[in-house]
Amino acid sequence: MIADLIEAIAKILFVFGVNMGFFAPILGWVERKQSAVMQDRVGANRADIFGFTLIGLLHPLSDTIKLITKEDFIPAGANKLFHTLAPFISLTPALITFAVVPFGGQYEIFGRRINLVVADLDVGILFVFAFASLATYGTVLAGWSSNNNWSFLGGLRAAAQMLSYEVAMGLSIIGIIMVYGSLKLTEIGAMQTDFFKWGIFLQPIGFILFLTCAIAENKRAPFDIPEAETEIVAGYFTEYSSMKFIMFWMGEFLEMVTISGIITTLFLGAWHLPFISDERLLSLFGFAGPNGSIIMLMMANIATFFGKIIFMIWFQMTIRWTLPRFRYDQIMKLGWKIMLPISLINIFITGLVVLLK
Amino acid sequence: MTDLAKNLHTEHMVINMGPSHPVTHGTVKFLVTLDGETIVDFDVEIGYLHRGFEKMCENSTWEQVFPYTDRLNYLSPIINNVGYALAVEKLIGIDTPERCKYVRVIVSELSRLADHLTNVAASGLELGAFTAFLYFVEARDLIWDLLESVCGARLTSNYVRIGGLKNDLPDGFKEQTKEVFKRCRELWIDVDKLLTKNRIFIDRLKDVCIMPPDEAIAWGFTGPCLRASGVPYDVRKAQPYLVYDQIDFEIPIGEKGDNFDRYLVRMEEINQSMRIVEQALDKLPDGPINVDMPEYRWQSKDDIYTKIESLIFHFKTVTGGIRVPQGEVYFPVEGANGEVGFYLVSDGSGKPYKCRVRPPCFPLTAAMPRMIKGALIADIVPTFDMIHMIGGECDR
Repeated sequence: MIADLIEAIAKILFVFGVNMGFFAPILGWVERKQSAVMQDRVGANRADIFGFTLIGLLHPLSDTIKLITKEDFIPAGANKLFHTLAPFISLTPALITFAVVPFGGQYEIFGRRINLVVADLDVGILFVFAFASLATYGTVLAGWSSNNNWSFLGGLRAAAQMLSYEVAMGLSIIGIIMVYGSLKLTEIGAMQTDFFKWGIFLQPIGFILFLTCAIAENKRAPFDIPEAETEIVAGYFTEYSSMKFIMFWMGEFLEMVTISGIITTLFLGAWHLPFISDERLLSLFGFAGPNGSIIMLMMANIATFFGKIIFMIWFQMTIRWTLPRFRYDQIMKLGWKIMLPISLINIFITGLVVLLK
Repeated sequence: MTDLAKNLHTEHMVINMGPSHPVTHGTVKFLVTLDGETIVDFDVEIGYLHRGFEKMCENSTWEQVFPYTDRLNYLSPIINNVGYALAVEKLIGIDTPERCKYVRVIVSELSRLADHLTNVAASGLELGAFTAFLYFVEARDLIWDLLESVCGARLTSNYVRIGGLKNDLPDGFKEQTKEVFKRCRELWIDVDKLLTKNRIFIDRLKDVCIMPPDEAIAWGFTGPCLRASGVPYDVRKAQPYLVYDQIDFEIPIGEKGDNFDRYLVRMEEINQSMRIVEQALDKLPDGPINVDMPEYRWQSKDDIYTKIESLIFHFKTVTGGIRVPQGEVYFPVEGANGEVGFYLVSDGSGKPYKCRVRPPCFPLTAAMPRMIKGALIADIVPTFDMIHMIGGECDR
């Protein structure tokens, strides 16, 4: 009983720590540095402690200190409750969704079975979608409660965009559910042992659709119309300052991590290395004894999983710094007239193949 | 459906865009009436950068106007310098030496390059393509380095003088230009790949805010925006000044007059300007850069400090200004953004009686409501970028 509790708390702390302690602060730095590399610039490198700049790694820290010490401004006429609530609503779903994402398989260490997922839900994917749609409320409330025309337009855009893409996103995933026959993310992950059985090979169209919808859902360029700074200033968070402002950014970064985690689990072979099976890894680590080798295998799997996440984050950032922004009506057209029919056709073809097999 | 809309009690939203809004660079205010995302009514309010340029000129000598002209279109100041100098020279009747003309062409085209590079870069930036922006800003910086080596300033050049130039081109300028252009062409190809064939970019610009040729002429369009509508009017070809008639270059024209054509015209003009500069550098003759008319253009400082006549001329022209004969003149040059014309009136004193500028972006800005009505709020961004309104020039 106590061992279970300790295990659960350890896993929660691990997921929470990796997200809030590693990804949330570091991604700001990554984004600045990666854009700098892509644009022949040096990037952030000024913040220092006693002259040590650590290639700009201190910038997230100084940013945080700066933003915490800023005035927390609530505009006149704003709905104070919702204005304060909105950043929390947009941040928490990103964190909670990660609970059902398995970051490793199941292992027997010292006679104890460890399942590397915080909550192994039977309806894992549905849980993901349920909470992804909750994040919409954050943006919509932020836009509406700010009592600002720009925020209002941003909120409206966010509502329309996120709802439209939720539909295509949900349908794009049906194919993968049909192929693997499960809604459980741990099971889907465990089934992708063989390299050519990864979701990306079984469902290539589904992968592209899901990735596109996921980026749109996360409101990152080229789908960043809810905050399109040249059109509507900063969109739904125009009137936010201080820590609430940074919470929107953290929410965006964490959502990016979560999306990468889900894509990795569904399409990129979860925690499996390509061409090297877990058994082979286990025999490679044989020198460490039965328990030691399993622990090392677990470490290798976790590292593989987060390596893939980092790759997906890199990919999303590359897209963000390459493409210009869509227009509002073009996003809607893409969502309803292109993504939705393609995902329906994808379901149809997948169903046919599954049936005939 | 109509009944439904009637019962919804919706009303239009009126918002102030600017003067400090990310898209209203150059300080301008749009009063936008929105029906959802669609623009129902659109008003442009200019004048935030009004400095009284024309009035200031009336209180300064003819030469003192040059620094003011730098501040008109601050992205291509030398073209304004050249335009003003040519207008005054026409009034006096000066024909500058051949070398001076070539150098003026070279620096004008470099300015045009800087202007177009900035324009395309900024359009990319505002549409979210930040990478393309920085690529072209690098190219512009290299061009500015060239201009800095010529006249010592990057932005406010104040390089041209009546009857000549401040100084000659520096040593090794030709080689330096060659290197810079090599890099610029690489960057041009990069940006071309990033934008011209980019589906999102094309979708944002194509068929947005079309201006048919007859209407474009009626509104007073000039420059790249007019050429994008398919009218091959370029002052450099229509009324060649300096030595443009001896240089082989082409004027790109668009088909439809939408924003994408305006972008393509500018991209091609970047290439053409580089061609012009290279040809002019090849043909650059030796000889003096200033006219030998001490009553209009100072002689060299060596002469001023050693010869009494030169000293007297210097003293007279600096304290009282040069004596431009009575009369009036209009002289247009092809600015980066269209026809920059100077209308000057002289009463024979040392100061201009009237100095009026025809800013190319004034008619373009005036046509904004005509182009943008019925479009979406997001279309303001590329349209306003492509008409390239420069506050310093429009508001004067």
